[in-house]
This record gives sequence, C-alpha cells and structure tokens, in this order.
Amino acid sequence: MTTVEKPPVAVDERVAPKSLVNRLVARPEIGALIGALVVFLFFSIVADKFLTMGGVATWLDDSATLGIMAVAVAMLMIGGEFDLSAGVMTASTALLTAMLATRVGLNVWLALLLSLVFALGVGALNGWLVIRTGLPSFIVTLGTFLALQGLNLGVTRLVTNSVQVSGMRRTDGYESSGFVFASTFDVGGTSFRISIIWWVGFAALAAWVLVRTKFGNWIFAVGGSAPSARAVGVPVARTKILLFMTTAAAAWLVGSINILRYTTAQANEGIGLEFQYIIAAVIGGCLLTGGFGSAIGAAIGALIFGMARQGIVFANWNSDWFMLFLGIMLLAAVLVNNTFRRRAERVRR
Amino acid sequence: MTALIEVDGVGKSYGSVIALRDVSMVVNAGEVTCVLGDNGAGKSTLIKILSGVHQHDAGHFFVNGKLVKFGSPREALDAGIATVHQDLAVVPLMSVWRNFFLGSEPTVGFGPLQRLDRRKGRETARSALADMGIDLRDVEQPVGTLSGGERQCVAIARAIYFGAKVIILDEPTAALGVKQSGVVLRYVAQARDRGLGVVLITHNPRHAYPVGNRFLLLKRGASLGSFEKSEITIEELTQQMAGGAELEALEHELREVTN
Repeated sequence: MTTVEKPPVAVDERVAPKSLVNRLVARPEIGALIGALVVFLFFSIVADKFLTMGGVATWLDDSATLGIMAVAVAMLMIGGEFDLSAGVMTASTALLTAMLATRVGLNVWLALLLSLVFALGVGALNGWLVIRTGLPSFIVTLGTFLALQGLNLGVTRLVTNSVQVSGMRRTDGYESSGFVFASTFDVGGTSFRISIIWWVGFAALAAWVLVRTKFGNWIFAVGGSAPSARAVGVPVARTKILLFMTTAAAAWLVGSINILRYTTAQANEGIGLEFQYIIAAVIGGCLLTGGFGSAIGAAIGALIFGMARQGIVFANWNSDWFMLFLGIMLLAAVLVNNTFRRRAERVRR
Repeated sequence: MTALIEVDGVGKSYGSVIALRDVSMVVNAGEVTCVLGDNGAGKSTLIKILSGVHQHDAGHFFVNGKLVKFGSPREALDAGIATVHQDLAVVPLMSVWRNFFLGSEPTVGFGPLQRLDRRKGRETARSALADMGIDLRDVEQPVGTLSGGERQCVAIARAIYFGAKVIILDEPTAALGVKQSGVVLRYVAQARDRGLGVVLITHNPRHAYPVGNRFLLLKRGASLGSFEKSEITIEELTQQMAGGAELEALEHELREVTN
C-alpha cells in the first residue's frame, strides 16, 4: 500500500475531549464498582466488625471462591454461552480428587492432575455438544448438571457407603498441595486465605486475555455475532469449546481449594451455585445475550456477594434476608447495565 | 489483459431444482460488474459460487485465467475474492478497529506473552479507512453506533486492506436509505478507481447504473443478457429487469383500475 499522508494522529475536532465521567461510564464494570462501594459503606456503618481486619478477611474469603468461578463464567457469557454444570463441577472435582487420594491411595498431586483431566474432558464435552447440536447451552449444560449431580451421589455412595469422602489429611502430598491451594498468609497479624490470591490473580489474567489478546478478541466476537466472526475466519467452535474448558478448569481449581481446606467433600455440594456465578457476572456488567462484559466486573460482582453475605451476619440479621438483597441487587444491576450501556453508546456517537 | 474473474456457462442445481443455468460473466480490474435480478433470480446462487460457499456443477470458472473450483470461502479469500455480506459484515458491540482486524489481529510478543498490538491496530484501521475516504471520529467506538452505510464501508475497507483483488458486495444498499446508499456507492466507485474488480449484487437499477461498467441480468436462474454500459440506458435496464412486456401490461391494468 502506498503511504498516505496521515492526518497528525490526532485530535479530531468533532471529538470533544471525553470527560472523565463519560469515559468511566463507557466501561462495563462501572455499575458493579458503584454497587460495591455502596454495599461496603453501608455495612461499614451498620456492622462494627465489618471493617476490622478479621472481618475483611472473612468477606474476602467468601468472595474468593465465588469470584474465581464468576470470572470464568463471565468469559463464557461474553462468548455467548452458559454453563449450568459449573456449580456441581466444583463438587465433582473435589470428590474425584478425594476418592483417588484416599481410596486408590494416589499422591494428592497425581489425584489433582487426574481430576483436572476429568474436568477438562467434561468441559470439552459440553462445548462439543453445544457446537455439534446447535442447541442452546442452557439446555445442554442443564443435562450435564443433572448427570454430574447423579454421578456425585451415586459413585460416592457406591465407594464409601455414605454421602461424603473424608480422610484427606492422611494422604501423600497433602501438606504441599494444601500449601498451594488452602494455606493462609498473614497481613498485620490477621491471616488471610490463599484463595484470595488465586481469585485476584485469575481475574487479572482473565482481564488481560479478554482485552489484550487475540483470543480475547475472538471471545467478544463469537458472543457478539458468531456468523460474522465465522465469516472473517475466527475459529468459532474452538473458541467456544476452550471457554467451556476454562470454566471447567476454574471449577476444578475451586474444588481443589475446597477439598484441601475442609479435607472432606460432600456429595451434594455445589448445587445452586451455578446461578450465583451467573448473577455475579451479570452484576459485573455481562450481558445475558453475550458479546459484552468484563472479568474485573465479575470479580467485583463476587465481592458484592461476599460483603453482603458476611455483612448480614456481622449485623446480626437473619441470613434469610440475603436472598431478598440478592434479588434486588440483580434487578438493580440489570437496569443499571442497560442504562449505562445505552449511555456508553450515546457518549461515543 | 486477462479478466480477474471469468465465468463461462456455469450452472448449479440443488436436487431437482435448477437454481442457475448457463450464466456467463466477466469481472475486470478497475471495473464494476453489476448483477441484477428480482428475488429468486439466482443472484445469491451465483455469488455463493464466486465466494466458495457452493460449487458449480456445470460450466467453467476462471480466476486470473486459471480454472478453479473453490472448496470453501477461505480458498476464495486466499485467491483474493472477498465477499461483504449485507448483515454478516460486522460485530456491532465491538469497536471499529477490533472489527477491522477481527480474525487477522496484529500482535506483538511471543508464546504466552503474545498480545494485541493495539496501537498499530488503531492507527492502521484509521489510516486504511482514511484511504478509502472514510473519516471516522473515533476508531474505539462500537461499530453498532455507526450508520448502516458506514458499517458496510468498514467491511469494504477491511476487504481491501487484507489484499482482496475482487470484492463481492451482496445487496449493500438493500437495507439503506437514499442518502446512505449514496455513501456506499461512493465507496464502491472508490474501490473501482483503486483498481479492484467489484461485483455489485442489487435489485435496484438506479443504484447499479451510475457505478456499473457492465450489467448481467438474471431471471429465474438464467441470464437475460449481459450489457456494456454503452449498450443500454437506465430505462432499458429497468424495463428488462422488471420483465419488459410484463411491466407494460401491469401499467395498463393499473391505469384501468384507477380510471
């Protein structure tokens, strides 16, 4: 191509320098950030223990495992799909790791590796089924959700004659793997859970991938308009399958954190959590229709969850109120997202 | 000079339905070949063959004088034939420059650290669009905020930037207003003047005539004739498209109704 005289890269007179407010408003996570601030201030005032170091450690811990999943689910939702099996998958991986380590006698690291392979396989199966059948992922993963739920209970009962697997403490490699997935670190004399680091690290990595890499570009494209993406050569099937596998791998991470921390896995855990992940992602600015959203937003959505859930406990209210709060929060988030998005598009016009 | 695309007597049938029969056309560099026809005339079948979505089962298809039969849209793309579809052109929620480079993103770094070269992406998109005479305020704005005509133009500019020799435009003005259609046609002329071959599919002779060099008329899967611009006037073109005598009969009937 011939070099053309480039207009000095420059400021077009039609673009008024965007004010800070307008620039912020164009971001998907801004609603969640404001929500988090409001919830934080509210509970700081009504509950004394909320702002103590111990209090902070508690609600950060609650947010962490939810946050890891919310970030992965947000990526999948931006890619235009849902995964209802994500919640149960955290239990399946924990159970599998525990059974392999306690019943088969494998080293914990090897058990972790095998259950990761299992998780990736189920994720790939979810993705493959969705792509191959063209059915909504909602229905396909509802199927895997139920199947996994049945497997969790059935296999656990077969192997242990009860509905739980315990005894992780006596296994080989428990110490070292526990250090990686379930230890604590001290800040100013208060111990914080290592899961918080996993959460922050995973959210940062996901945000980087989404906004700064080719693959991230493809995620937005397959969620925004799969036919257009396919027409310009984006590997739509591969992108979506990898997203399902990412969600399953995140579920494995959370399952591993749980089993090494509590050393016991219940066969009925994880049911219902899948909706919490989707809710956190939506509060974080993800559109249900795909193609728009943010990993950082989803992490903040999980933070709101954790702060509210623990804040209600600190304030000595009945935890029943949490569901009411959740419903209102979700409705508010959807409305705010809608308004902000419309505003974002108008500001840029 | 060999033609960029030459199609000689191609045909295509889907089962027992003959969608296209014995159609010939030529696309030269720096010229616009218009394919006109009413709904069901076989326009989309013809472009699907040109763009590699379907394969013809009769006749010959030459690109740069070489006999070809594309197995996929990718092969057509690699041969320099890019298709801009009416509504498949862009992802509305993504920014202009991300759309521009979608599927062929510029990157820096290696291995796991490979990342988008956002500065290069933005600047190349802006200058490639400026080259086409498309002056966008901000390449970070979502494509959804652009007008329909501007969206088509982004898709055209993208095809040109990625080395297309021939651009096939599928009904680019179908969903657009009068003014927007004018905008798109101006860029069609611009692409032509830059030496590309353009195939313009439309059912509107008023859009085709000003920019076209030659006109292929299709009806019920067969060619009604191929004309140089000098051989036909816009009135004759309209007449032919609407089915000549049929239109006169219709006008007559309408006159009787109104009387």
